[in-house]
Amino acid sequence: MAFNIKALPKKNYIMPGNAACPGCPENIGLKFVSMALGEKATLVVPAGCTSVIQGLWPRQGTSMPVLNIVFAAAASAASGLSRALRIRGKDDIVVVWAGDGGTADIGLQALSGAAERGEDFIYICVDNEAYMNTGIQRSSLTPHGAWTTTTHRGNPGRKKPLPQIVAAHRVPYVATASIGYPWDFISKLKKAASIKGFKYIHLHAPCPVGWRFDPGLTVKIAQLAVETGAWILYEHENGKLKLNPPSNKLVDPSKRKPLEEYIKLQGRFRHLTDRDLEELKKEIEENWREITAILRAQGDL
Amino acid sequence: MALEAEEKTRVRRGTIVPMRGNEAVAYAVKLSRARVVAAYPITPQTIIVEKIDELISKGEMDAEMIHVESEHSALAATYGAAVGGVRAFTATSSHGLMYMYEVLWWVAGSRVPVVMAVVTRAIGAPWNIHVEHSDILSTRDTGWLVAMAENNQEALDLTVMMFRVTEDPRVYLPGIVGLDGFILSHTVEPVEVPDQELVDEFLPPRRQPYTIESGAPIAMGNIIPDEAFEEHRMDMHESMREARRVIEEAGREYGKLTGRDYSGLVECYKCSDADYLFVGIGSWMGDAKIAVDALREKGLRFGALRLRWIRPFPWDELREYGLEKKAVIVLDRSISFGYAGPVFLEVSSALEAKPSMVGVLAGVGGVDVNYEDIVKIAEHVVSLVEEKGRVYVPALWYHLGEFYPMKPGPLPTRKTPRHVNKLLEELWSKKS
Amino acid sequence: MRLSSRKPRKSLLPGDTALADSSPSRKDELVVEPGDHFYPLSIAAPGSMGRTGSWRIQRPVVDAEKCIGCYLCWLYCPDNTIIMREKAGPRGQDVASIDYEYCKGCGICANVCPVNAIEMVDESKFISQS
Repeated sequence: MAFNIKALPKKNYIMPGNAACPGCPENIGLKFVSMALGEKATLVVPAGCTSVIQGLWPRQGTSMPVLNIVFAAAASAASGLSRALRIRGKDDIVVVWAGDGGTADIGLQALSGAAERGEDFIYICVDNEAYMNTGIQRSSLTPHGAWTTTTHRGNPGRKKPLPQIVAAHRVPYVATASIGYPWDFISKLKKAASIKGFKYIHLHAPCPVGWRFDPGLTVKIAQLAVETGAWILYEHENGKLKLNPPSNKLVDPSKRKPLEEYIKLQGRFRHLTDRDLEELKKEIEENWREITAILRAQGDL
Repeated sequence: MALEAEEKTRVRRGTIVPMRGNEAVAYAVKLSRARVVAAYPITPQTIIVEKIDELISKGEMDAEMIHVESEHSALAATYGAAVGGVRAFTATSSHGLMYMYEVLWWVAGSRVPVVMAVVTRAIGAPWNIHVEHSDILSTRDTGWLVAMAENNQEALDLTVMMFRVTEDPRVYLPGIVGLDGFILSHTVEPVEVPDQELVDEFLPPRRQPYTIESGAPIAMGNIIPDEAFEEHRMDMHESMREARRVIEEAGREYGKLTGRDYSGLVECYKCSDADYLFVGIGSWMGDAKIAVDALREKGLRFGALRLRWIRPFPWDELREYGLEKKAVIVLDRSISFGYAGPVFLEVSSALEAKPSMVGVLAGVGGVDVNYEDIVKIAEHVVSLVEEKGRVYVPALWYHLGEFYPMKPGPLPTRKTPRHVNKLLEELWSKKS
Repeated sequence: MRLSSRKPRKSLLPGDTALADSSPSRKDELVVEPGDHFYPLSIAAPGSMGRTGSWRIQRPVVDAEKCIGCYLCWLYCPDNTIIMREKAGPRGQDVASIDYEYCKGCGICANVCPVNAIEMVDESKFISQS
């Protein structure tokens, strides 16, 4: 255990009574950011669920300072903010908290620019795999076959490999995480905070409203995504790839739970045909093949 | 003591250096001690960015340049730095300004001071890199203060002044300094560069209403109820009006220090006793002044009223100088399609269309307009007024020496070349 | 609530007022002065969307006998509405309790509880009781 839950101060890591839907994974994620980075975190939030989650002026529902910003500008606003705070001798940890749309689609250009320049902040993509804030429309991070309000017959595309795209910028730190694995996420946040330069964490965040599951199952589904191998926990540190538990044991496919256990709980996959399921499995297999190939090349497998 | 006080207000001459308008802006930014500059190159703004980077590289300017990947990011990064508590600057033109348009609104609404230079240029399609005012005038409603320079000296002075005005607690709105593409940006003029000590005396340390940083869990910009939103908007409106007074104060003080007084939101050239008045913005108002002299020699009492500030709008000055004139000629370097020039529409509403008014559209897309053209325009309007008594012509196009009233009906614009039409016809007839 | 009533605070280069005062260069000096305006600023506070307890369809009810004080529900609760009472359990263990004013009734606590000490009960039951 990387940290002792009971040792954490009993404070509001997220404000009760904010505007998040019941069972919201973003609220859970924001709690962990606050737990990991304490008083030092300053958030930059582009348009997305978290613009709403904060609730209504004159209150705001997170425990951290927040600079809200237009959709495509999170990484660039964070660049300026982090530079100014450094110039003023402050050691704030600037954190972009952006959804999959704000990261992989409309915000990708600014993200790439900031990564290439090596700006000093942590970029977290909280990935609920569709545009949930506007009402469950497909994003480029929606998995194959998933129903959304703009893919009634299932998403014909496949999920963009965003962590790899960011890693290709050769930034010092890229990691995946899940709201179902707080210890892993928190230790990754702490590690990212200790590194100077551009850090990227891709946080898997199952959304009960958009994925059509019972809000009580948010954490369980997040864990199933990892246990079935659909979401892989890893980190790239200075170009070296490392699998994190429990994904490290799942290199062996026989150790993974069947994908169906993850799929069957979600209404968005209800109409999945056998062919779609095969396609989805193939996609996941490909992700694993890529990772194991790198691990082999590194001599770690 | 009295002597000391006098000495403090004595004009201190700077160094006269020949430089391009863009360089004048760059020096102003350096003298204003901006700490972060984020910009994306676009013709004709590029020299500003290049010069600032050169000044930083030589160690003459203590700032960081953020080499962003777009104008959208340029303003967002500039804004981020400003929210973080440092003086920040960006510059752009035309399409660059269009690309950052939504960010303009966000910056103004957050009430954090930021300064930007807009080097005016036509907006495509088709491509045209020459002067036009469509870009800068599109910022009219965003909540930014907007000033337009007539020459390179003013480009420098207004930039320094803009930092002071925007950072004044009575204002706390961002500001744009406009200068005409190529005519100023790439043209060398002698510019008096004030000493650093003088600028330090004029420009107090950075002030801003708040910062977003650790220590205070404050959110900027989360959802606000409609009624509060409306109040917030009206508060911006009040501050914009209050900015008038701040500009006058700052302009007067700048005058005491440098000998160049900017207390007026307008510049009045022989307009008090004039029968006819030119009104306009930007560099060609310099030509209008020469035209005024030429016309006066011909016995026509003309004057020129240049709007140095577009927002806040110099309503009082316009009415003071404009209401009693025989005719007011508004020169517009852009058009609001289907209606008239944007400056004409603004001026006409301030003057309640009381005097005879003619809105002249000219110089769009960099078409050259010199003082002789302006004399010609004046004589045309005078003959119209003498013939008809009172006239109100919102849009009169002056193009290569000819006048075209923009009434409904065919216009002498160039049509698509015949051979292109023929080609298109052939293509579509084959398809059907 | 307008934040313009906040007192002006002055921040200089990291903890060094002397440097700013003695140096002819004021470049790093920043004065935060609110002025009299309406800024779109909000402060972290509970209830930014009102008393969200009214959203609840099911109510989590903690069985203090079963609760082992493991804090998992506290860790995962998306709304920070689990209050851990130290040593308040029948066996002297820490015990989870729920802030019903804000609890949205998502049921994550009941699902992550390793000993099934939290039961989701229909809100209608509580209405008929009262």
